Amino acid sequence: MQKQKTDGNKVFESARKTIKMFGRTLPNILAIIFLSGLFIEFAPIGRMTNFLGGGLLADALTGATFGSISTGNPLISYVLGGELLDQGMGLVAVTALLVSWVTVGSIQLPAEMQSFGLRFALVRNILSFIFALIIAFLTLITLHTLGVTLS
Amino acid sequence: MTTSSPQKKKGKKQSKASLFIFLAVVSALYGLAFLLAPERSIHALHFGLKMLSRLAPILVLVCFLMFLLNLFIKPDWIRNHVGHDSGLKGFLIAIVSGIISMGPIYAWYGMLKDFHKKGMRPALVASFLYSRSVKLPLLPLMVYYFGTVYTLVLSFYMILFSAANGLLTEWLASGKKAEGPRQID
Repeated sequence: MQKQKTDGNKVFESARKTIKMFGRTLPNILAIIFLSGLFIEFAPIGRMTNFLGGGLLADALTGATFGSISTGNPLISYVLGGELLDQGMGLVAVTALLVSWVTVGSIQLPAEMQSFGLRFALVRNILSFIFALIIAFLTLITLHTLGVTLS
Repeated sequence: MTTSSPQKKKGKKQSKASLFIFLAVVSALYGLAFLLAPERSIHALHFGLKMLSRLAPILVLVCFLMFLLNLFIKPDWIRNHVGHDSGLKGFLIAIVSGIISMGPIYAWYGMLKDFHKKGMRPALVASFLYSRSVKLPLLPLMVYYFGTVYTLVLSFYMILFSAANGLLTEWLASGKKAEGPRQID
């Protein structure tokens, strides 16, 4: 009887804690969702093509920058990346876009800072941006070594 | 002992208010957008609402998962498996969990914050967040657009860099050894 009461208390306590934790995260989640709506409406990613064509590193930086400030399902980045490749864009720019799209979260940054601290969030996102560039070049080199070309 | 001082109460109130700052800024942006381009701002709002309805089941799932973890996972388990001395096993747990976790990244902030408070190593928090870049359900689509070899190579590098991102973030963010990310609130 006593054990049942203790288990019940544990469940109640866990539920209370979960609601409190989730309640603290919810305002940020809502903010990110609605900010994404504004972003997608007012800053179409399709304009990226206007900024490409300045050399391998410049294109990689452009791809990573657009990926970093973009939001939404990664599927959008695949479609966009596929289209850019078809248009003759370099693989480095497309890969940098794909990687930074899912690893750098400019839109989520305020929420990440609130959860883990300013320094942690900034360092993590800056590193993710740099890594997007490195991964883009490594992927290109690896595919080249393997003799694979994307058409 | 249990009664809190006025300063503490004030601090708590401010902390609660800070939770809504981001939401308030976004609301203000919508207000501004409505003044400048009413139709487009309504379109943006519709998009947000659609996104929210799509994400609702994931949020419920995350909430339920948080409840189960609160119920069954104790700080000792966290310290042993994803704590500072968890080593390679900790990275494996964080990276695999990141890859199989669903929904948007921000849905996991609350749970990770709680885990960190209970002793999860900051490097593993960062590795978890980075490894979410490998989207298992979307891999067939990536193969369709870019081919199998490209998908495998890119996924391999993203998994590899999850660990590097974790270690470097911890090292650079903490300033000194074994100190976790600072809490704002």
